[in-house]
Amino acid sequence: MHEVLFYLFAAMTLLPAVMLVCSRNTVNAAMLMIVSFVGTAALFAMLQAYLLSVLQIMVYAGAVVVLFLFIIMLLDAGRIKSFKGRIKQIIVPLAFFVALSILPVLAILSGRGGEAQVGEAVAPASSAEQFGLLLFTKYQLPFELTGFLLLAAMVGVIFISRRNVSALPKSEGKE
Amino acid sequence: MDWIDLLITLLKAVVVVVIVMTISGYSVVGERKVSSWVQGRVGPNRTTIPLLGSIPVIGKLLTRWGIFQLPADGAKFLFKEEPLPDHVNKFYYNLAPIISFLPPMIILTVLPFGQYVKDGVSSAVALTQTDVGILFVMAVSSLGVYGLILAGWAANSKFPFLGGIRASSQMISYELCIGLSLLPVFMWTGGTLDLFAVVQAQGGVLFGESFGLPKWFIFSQPLSALLYLVALFAETNRLPFDMPESETDLVGGFHTEYGAFKFGLFFVGEYAHMAIGSALFSIIFLGGWSIPFLPLSAYPEGILGAVLSVLVLAAKTIFLIFFYMWIRWTLPRFRYDQVMNLGWKILLPLAVANLVAYAIVMAFMPGL
Repeated sequence: MHEVLFYLFAAMTLLPAVMLVCSRNTVNAAMLMIVSFVGTAALFAMLQAYLLSVLQIMVYAGAVVVLFLFIIMLLDAGRIKSFKGRIKQIIVPLAFFVALSILPVLAILSGRGGEAQVGEAVAPASSAEQFGLLLFTKYQLPFELTGFLLLAAMVGVIFISRRNVSALPKSEGKE
Repeated sequence: MDWIDLLITLLKAVVVVVIVMTISGYSVVGERKVSSWVQGRVGPNRTTIPLLGSIPVIGKLLTRWGIFQLPADGAKFLFKEEPLPDHVNKFYYNLAPIISFLPPMIILTVLPFGQYVKDGVSSAVALTQTDVGILFVMAVSSLGVYGLILAGWAANSKFPFLGGIRASSQMISYELCIGLSLLPVFMWTGGTLDLFAVVQAQGGVLFGESFGLPKWFIFSQPLSALLYLVALFAETNRLPFDMPESETDLVGGFHTEYGAFKFGLFFVGEYAHMAIGSALFSIIFLGGWSIPFLPLSAYPEGILGAVLSVLVLAAKTIFLIFFYMWIRWTLPRFRYDQVMNLGWKILLPLAVANLVAYAIVMAFMPGL
């Protein structure tokens, strides 16, 4: 039962992820992303990291992708043009992809990968209380730094959107 | 044994879904009745089923109360022609009603409906119990917006699109307020996110016997309750926050292009959302199944106590559903910019201030 569910959710995470990268329709891509996130959340839940799985859905599927969709629809981004004539742009990422996917295969073939560890993997901070305690004691510095990073991003967003306002003719910009 | 357990769980789920769907279905009839009372009309009072309607006294009474309206409406939605406009994106057009209908049904899995006491140990009457209860509810209900956005976008015409865009911005804005208004409650209960524990914390009397208020969070945290209630109205797209639908300026908003059973799904989904929202509000702020001034241990042991507690919660929920309709005909609807102003400039700062104030109070008065 457990194994069947694992493969089901793994497929639910990976297949949409691949389709997302290949999809040309941006709305399709966003929806596939949600399916992939939900699959990841289910995998977290199977590791008994319920808090993490719920946060995964709440933050990524519930908020971030809504904003993506919102922007896709407002800008009417529609379809991405075909890649014809842009082969050069594809070569570098493709090389990265091939290198990254060959490396683990090489590692396994050379016998240094070791046996895959299949064990009772249980997240250390499964309950919300433990999670919060760890966040405010052991991992306080990374936590605060991440907050600072987000603040910087927020200030950047405000700055960029402000500049667009001042670029308008004065009568409109003052509104 | 494994399969039998699975079967029993499935059966329980079916029972819960049937009950909640009946409540949401009858809230549609209730809405029409309440609307008609507010406006001095009679409301639906003629739909009748041939044999049942001609039972001497009861049949007439049921007909007059509009009890038969629900099967009639349901049958109408089912047997109507399913229009599929040419200009829509067929996949998402069909998917959207399902997506908007699913979240309330998923939330049902973690809602505690009552308590079952056996040998002095009380447990929740619920399909499942997790220690991240409220977070689960918020996560799943945040997915509900996709139904509306996709419906608006897939319909591929102007008014639905505007409705979808409004829906997404309204939902994002008010979700913040929901989270922030609930935080003080869960700080008060000592960090647990379990909905059952929240109800357990609300039995008894607030401030000792002399003052005499039920120990419900609506009395100890009135501002949180108000903020949550307002945000809940916005989340369920009920008037005065009916931006996504806006019958007056967007025809029907996101569901303009929908008809027959797909529209029915949106419609019933909205009422299911209302019912679940009301149940949540009663659980978190109205003490769940606690009866005023009585401790939760006053319920008798066994099945009788369980049924009683479920009935008490149902009564509170039904009152709140009525409250939704009452508000609908009491307050005029907002303009779109007013909705955004209210959300970002009034509710959000208030919620943050409320959170900080309660954090300070709880830090200095640990005995609360």
